[in-house]
Amino acid sequence: MSASYETAPEVNFAYLDERTKRMIRRSILKAIAIPGYQVPFGSREMPLPYGWGTGGIQVTASVIGPEDMLKVIDQGSDDTVNAVNIRRFFERTAGVNTTTRTHEATLIQTRHRIPEKPLVEGQIIVYQVPVPEPMQRLEPREAETRTLHGLAEYGLMHVKLYEDIARYGHIATTYDYPVMVNHRYIMSPSPNPKFDNPKMHMNPALQLFGAGREKRIYAVPPYTSVESLAFEDHPFEIQKWPVACTQCGATDSFLDEIITDDSGSRMHVCSDSDYCQTRQDEQSSVAT
Amino acid sequence: MSQSDQSLPLLRVQSLVKSYGDRVAIHEASFDLWPGEVMAVVGESGSGKSSLLNVIAARTQPDAGQVEYLNHNGQLENIYTMTQAQQRLLSRTEWGFVHQNAADGLRMDVSAGANVCERLMGLGERHYGRLRQTAEHWLHRVEIDISRMDDTPRTFSGGMRQRLQIARNLVTQPRLVFMDEPTSGLDVSVQARVLDLLRQLTRKMQLAVVIVTHDLAVARLLADRMMVMQHGRIVESGLTDQVLDDPQHPYTQLLVSSVLQP
Amino acid sequence: MYVAVKGGETAILNTYKMLAEQRRGNTDYLELSVEQICQQLKLSVDRVMTEGSVYDPELAALAIKQASGDLIEAIFLLRAYRSTLPRIGNTCALDTARMQLDRRISATFKDLPGGQVLGPTYDYTQRLLDFTLLANSQSERTESSPKTSAPSMPPEQVPRVVDLLNQEGLIETFTCPAHDPDPIDLTREPLRFPADRATRLQNLARGDEGFLLAMAYSTQRGYSHTHPFVGEVRLGQVAIEIEPEELGFAISIGDIDITECEMVNQFAGSKTEPPQFTRGYGLAFGHSERKAMAMSLVDRALRADELGEAIESPAQMQEFVLSHSDSLEASGFVQHLKLPHYVDFQSELELVRKMRENNPAEHAHSQGPT
Repeated sequence: MSASYETAPEVNFAYLDERTKRMIRRSILKAIAIPGYQVPFGSREMPLPYGWGTGGIQVTASVIGPEDMLKVIDQGSDDTVNAVNIRRFFERTAGVNTTTRTHEATLIQTRHRIPEKPLVEGQIIVYQVPVPEPMQRLEPREAETRTLHGLAEYGLMHVKLYEDIARYGHIATTYDYPVMVNHRYIMSPSPNPKFDNPKMHMNPALQLFGAGREKRIYAVPPYTSVESLAFEDHPFEIQKWPVACTQCGATDSFLDEIITDDSGSRMHVCSDSDYCQTRQDEQSSVAT
Repeated sequence: MSQSDQSLPLLRVQSLVKSYGDRVAIHEASFDLWPGEVMAVVGESGSGKSSLLNVIAARTQPDAGQVEYLNHNGQLENIYTMTQAQQRLLSRTEWGFVHQNAADGLRMDVSAGANVCERLMGLGERHYGRLRQTAEHWLHRVEIDISRMDDTPRTFSGGMRQRLQIARNLVTQPRLVFMDEPTSGLDVSVQARVLDLLRQLTRKMQLAVVIVTHDLAVARLLADRMMVMQHGRIVESGLTDQVLDDPQHPYTQLLVSSVLQP
Repeated sequence: MYVAVKGGETAILNTYKMLAEQRRGNTDYLELSVEQICQQLKLSVDRVMTEGSVYDPELAALAIKQASGDLIEAIFLLRAYRSTLPRIGNTCALDTARMQLDRRISATFKDLPGGQVLGPTYDYTQRLLDFTLLANSQSERTESSPKTSAPSMPPEQVPRVVDLLNQEGLIETFTCPAHDPDPIDLTREPLRFPADRATRLQNLARGDEGFLLAMAYSTQRGYSHTHPFVGEVRLGQVAIEIEPEELGFAISIGDIDITECEMVNQFAGSKTEPPQFTRGYGLAFGHSERKAMAMSLVDRALRADELGEAIESPAQMQEFVLSHSDSLEASGFVQHLKLPHYVDFQSELELVRKMRENNPAEHAHSQGPT
């Protein structure tokens, strides 16, 4: 890990200097004006490595204010080491209040999940994005994909889906499932499970996406159309489990599979720790 | 000006000039191409025929002259004043380009079916079943066994790849197809089959074609008209049979006489 | 009874403790001082400064100490620190012709004005482990740096080999056009393609030495068509100069050590250009010959487009070289795979199970999801 903050020099609010924040905010505004379009920005080296959320952190650092209530999750949980680390970072450099409760947060930074509890107007969710270019595996050259986006030439994306169906009988993408934003740009929603894609559509909150290593920011403004790519006769489908969460009984949330013994017994628990805990609290208060 | 004028050619090429450094590849080339007409451009290597093809297909900019294409409004439009978006759209709908090496015109790691349908997907076709039917139809027309539909062209023979490339180009029912030595890279025994296929398809679909070849037999078999190029100049042109049976220009006479008669 | 894993914060604090212990090592031995690293691990310091993009040997040495000698980690520390520094201005272009030379060699001429000054180099050592160094004493093997036959104090202004070749018009030159725009700063702006040469050079200067070395090596093994010669490698101190507005002339604010390499390549000429030599350029802080040389070979390879050469190998492809040269980006993304990915893995598990259900016989054929 990196420098311990006991010996760090005085840092600006939320670490970044004001000029950098201004540069990032300009990129964010541009991104909001063109939903789904990847805006290049001068990503800075941060105290966490590239690939570990520096894009999300820079976006959060540029929009956060002293009155904000911050929630940070990774894999849906507030308690995974990466989420803890990032939350500590903002506690130390911005001194903001933090929470694990989705409905209390004004600003949520997330890796790989969208909270189960629907977001409301006024909330901002910041996604950590490793690979912002949805066509990168098909076409690694940025100069080429830039042209394809510019001319809305998305045949290549559909070729990939076609191939999946031809080979497997169904589309084989289960996370980072590409979406069409505002009927114009194809976008990577970040490696959320496809289960979460429907949450992005017409969401009342502002959705921001930060890719630090690849140096791109993009956005989906509130109440914007976000449609998962599919074929008419092979429509988009989300994952379903035949079981409920063993902790809270939920049948409508994304479940983590946990191996409980050497013979491979498994149980399923909500990935969203706040959602699960809230339901458990409600149930125990009803029980008494 | 806005009425559809029956006497306009599909493609009008005027005074094209193209140089590479101080080497002039094309000197003042001009010709018209009519709907449904197959035109062969014949010459040895270095004659400028491939350069000419690339310029009229909007793949390279000329240094002078113009190329006009008859658009849907019945007007001749300069292809070099079109936007990049318009040119690219044209290349994927009304035009086709068949490369000498099939690998240059195919996605080698994508299935044959997807290769055929990609243009349609790019144009908004979103029904998998219909796409598959279309792919089957075209593979059948180019005589590729439908059981190979989900295989990639990497597993195909040279002749099959070329036939797949042809299908990929024809799926959008283009009006104009450019071909750059489409059979030269194939074994002699395989060429005949592909040429025969091209002959059938161009007739049936009433395609206008500009085909570049060094092989006079190809011109004889496929082309209504032909042009002979030497050192960047069109030295002779006319109906194929006339040019080949009664060549006027000394260079054409040389070409014709050097072809071994069976 | 399943209990959700909690206590991430405590676990993290424990890692700091263990890391500090690992860094210190056995306390029976003296703690390494930053100054010792600065003095006695000079070449590590030079590399960290170059790739960290900060010329400050003491800070680089501190980073090396903190990183327990992991140079990429040290480079990371230095770059992160650099992000917080205010930008005061830009210097004038360095004039490497006015260098106080410690070392200067050329492979293209046997002798030349200024001479071949061998300086401190491993080049003529035999790579035999010197066990006297184990005993912590001065090495007895002093012939590892042979005396040169050149004058003991090289003159202040030693002409560059490229300038000598240029007198005959044999080597390409670049006149600076009027209104030549400032180069973009990659530490402030994202890299876009196609990148101009100034941008490429900045990327390469900050690039990982191992990666550049491999790319350079590939150009010598037939993955490129250039035939390179070391026109010149020079190493020494140059003055850093700034030109404050109020003064209107340049003043020196200090010296830095740099290594510069000019690589000379053949060029057969084209329709518009007569045959002449073309150049590749490399520059690094401190004594970093391998880096400067590798950089110059890759610089030349990336000019393939501009010089009308066919682009056939990875070292000639801008997007490939420049996108993968940064050790922070590479290390970060490779190592990020250690982060929890169980939600995505969950999705993949389901998919594989589903596919196996549907086609148990065919699972031998299918290649599985990517």
